[in-house]
Amino acid sequence: MDLNTLWFILLAVLFTGFFFLEGFDYGVGILLLFLGRDDMQRRMIINSIGPVWDGNEVWMITAGGAMFAAFPNWYATLFSGFYLALFLMLVALILRGVAFEFRSKDERPAWRGLWDWLIWGGSLVPALLWGVAMTNLIQGVPINAQMEYTGTFWTLLSPYTLVGGVASLLIFTLHGALFLTLKTTGELAERARRAALGAGAPAVLALLILVLMSYTRTGIFDRAGAAIMLWVAFAALVLACWFLFYRRYGLAFVANGLTVALATLSLFTGLFPRVMVSSLNPAWSLTIYNASSSPYTLKVMTIVALTLVPVVLAYQVWTYWVFRRRVDGRHLEY
Amino acid sequence: MLELLLSRWQFGITSAYHFLFVPLTLGLSVLVAVMETVYARTGDETYKKMTLFWGKLFVINFIMGVVTGIVQEFQFGMNWSGYSRFVGDIFGAPLAVEALAAFFLESTFLGLWIFGWDKLPRAWHAVTIWLVALASNLSAFWILVANSFMQEPVGYALRNGRAEMTSFGALLTNPNVFYQFPHTVLAGFTTAAFFVMGISAYHLVRKNHPGFFHRSFRYGLTLGVIALVLVMAVGHLQGQHLVKAQPMKMAAAEALWKSADPAPFNVVASIDQKNQTNGFELQIPYLVSILSYNTPYGEVKGIKELQAADAARYGPGDYIPPVAPVFWSFRIMVAAGVVMLLLVLYALYLNHKGRLENGPRFLKIMLWAIPLPYIANTTGWFMAEIGRQPWIVYGLQKVNNAVSPAVSAGAVLATMLVFTLLYGVLAVVDVYLLSKYARLGPDGISADRAAKSGGEVSLWT
Repeated sequence: MDLNTLWFILLAVLFTGFFFLEGFDYGVGILLLFLGRDDMQRRMIINSIGPVWDGNEVWMITAGGAMFAAFPNWYATLFSGFYLALFLMLVALILRGVAFEFRSKDERPAWRGLWDWLIWGGSLVPALLWGVAMTNLIQGVPINAQMEYTGTFWTLLSPYTLVGGVASLLIFTLHGALFLTLKTTGELAERARRAALGAGAPAVLALLILVLMSYTRTGIFDRAGAAIMLWVAFAALVLACWFLFYRRYGLAFVANGLTVALATLSLFTGLFPRVMVSSLNPAWSLTIYNASSSPYTLKVMTIVALTLVPVVLAYQVWTYWVFRRRVDGRHLEY
Repeated sequence: MLELLLSRWQFGITSAYHFLFVPLTLGLSVLVAVMETVYARTGDETYKKMTLFWGKLFVINFIMGVVTGIVQEFQFGMNWSGYSRFVGDIFGAPLAVEALAAFFLESTFLGLWIFGWDKLPRAWHAVTIWLVALASNLSAFWILVANSFMQEPVGYALRNGRAEMTSFGALLTNPNVFYQFPHTVLAGFTTAAFFVMGISAYHLVRKNHPGFFHRSFRYGLTLGVIALVLVMAVGHLQGQHLVKAQPMKMAAAEALWKSADPAPFNVVASIDQKNQTNGFELQIPYLVSILSYNTPYGEVKGIKELQAADAARYGPGDYIPPVAPVFWSFRIMVAAGVVMLLLVLYALYLNHKGRLENGPRFLKIMLWAIPLPYIANTTGWFMAEIGRQPWIVYGLQKVNNAVSPAVSAGAVLATMLVFTLLYGVLAVVDVYLLSKYARLGPDGISADRAAKSGGEVSLWT
């Protein structure tokens, strides 16, 4: 295996980790307005992800940095091409981040209500946009021979990618609801269960449509591994709903996490060795070779990553261990 | 060309704004860590209160650095895809290492610190804030390794139509890093020192918790004296390095059009960039030669001669940065530094005489001195970045080749307007919260926490 392939795998892992972790953060943010009936409940919901959301978001920053370092042409084409979409994402992430920190720092209900709405919107927009962005990578976007994106913002919105956005939105919402069933107690946990049931059924439907559309809209099924993973991802989602129905929340969370991970990995497997498909000419697609850094840079970055990633994983796992207990309303920080 | 102009403005606005929050994070994390260490070792409750009070302000400031930092990472690709393609092989690496080595550490352990008061043993808890402080300053190192490549490219070869890394070690030992990194970090420490002294002074004037705030003030003062002396010393060495490494930047900073030996220092000048001359100059003879070489003699190259040399080397073109902004940024930065130095020296004298609390006028000045480090930080970056123009990577790529071909001027304008508006509103909110919690004082923060936590624990809000 060459280093280009290794870095492609590493990016797939970073995006998978990011969607798995930040996925429930987005879901929790989206559900905040619906599940939190009073201020105390809302604070408990926010505090359930309080210690970890920023660390989870760093998975995205790291994925972006790794993309820049290992595949600069991918980074350049994607970020300049998906310009307005990423801009919307940035605005959402800015507002969401400060909202977590600011909302409980003033007593006035109007103040808190405003930031709660921003947490909701700031979580919903990226949850939707990530699905749109990822499905665009595989469906293909107009990229010319100079590796430049030639479409507009509206080019990114097609039936397939919109289904992708809705699917990611619903799956992340389900992910957040399941997370809350594990992190809260009593009435709040019960309401989280009902929200999960409410999100689960449409999520199954959206993912099914997405999988079926992938047959005609993408070449993902040319690759047996990708096809199997995508269908297993779908099966895991059905399983998650089944576990949820029988109140096996831990298993439901794991199953839905599997859906997130396998859907992401399936997409990357389907892309390989491409990183962005050109809809204008297959030869103009960006690949792990024409988009990559030099062998020397890849070698340096491989040494750095193999040294640091295990350390990062170790202390992040430890953090989740420290905060393993359910939020009980007596130790609220946000 | 309009897209280039707008992209430059956007980068200037978002970066200058981001850097309003970063320096305080660099310094205050260290101060809070020291305070908590004293608490962990002695068990003295005053230090715990100090940790909580200053830690609270630290966090309110920190989040702004985080969210505006995401924009920084994205906009290289969004607005500067030509640049990203050209130097991605080199520039991406330190950015990725920054995320992997510093951002993960910083965010994870800040989460542990904020939420872990009753979950971690006292000493471990103090370790978490030290790791946050370490990670913040480590991130400064990596991003300055990246920026230093733009100022002074090293360890590269031009291959395959781009700059490719040939030595990661050379990147890390870039001479520019060893001036720019300490200068930036020490500027951050200075910022935290003035922040802590200013807010402490506000309370000392009002005789609120004199013990608490006198101790805080002394922490700020100690850090401030050390950091200011060092930041100026490093700045001086950095200037001497720039005379050799980026002579055009220094010539612009001195508005020195013609080479001179000995070279005089223009205290003020009315700069006429079009005619390449200064209308009015107030000069100190010999001073630029002395500053550059530590002797009264020595030729300092002027802008005109450097322009001719650059044109011969890189082909016809205008290689002169906007002189007036560089010249005035440099002067404002230095002036702010000198005023800060005088203030801390006077504070040191008052403190030595035990008269700090008795000088309400001086304490009020210290409150109003809080903006000084911010002015110096911002103008320092103006000098560094504007002084490098027209290059985005000195000697290798000009800004006009760096912008994104796929992005229209309208898109840049629209996003710039929204960012500016959003950043403006958030600045007001952040300053409101900072001043609210700064005024509340240590008791207010304990009470706030107790009320929020149902009265059962009272550590943090």
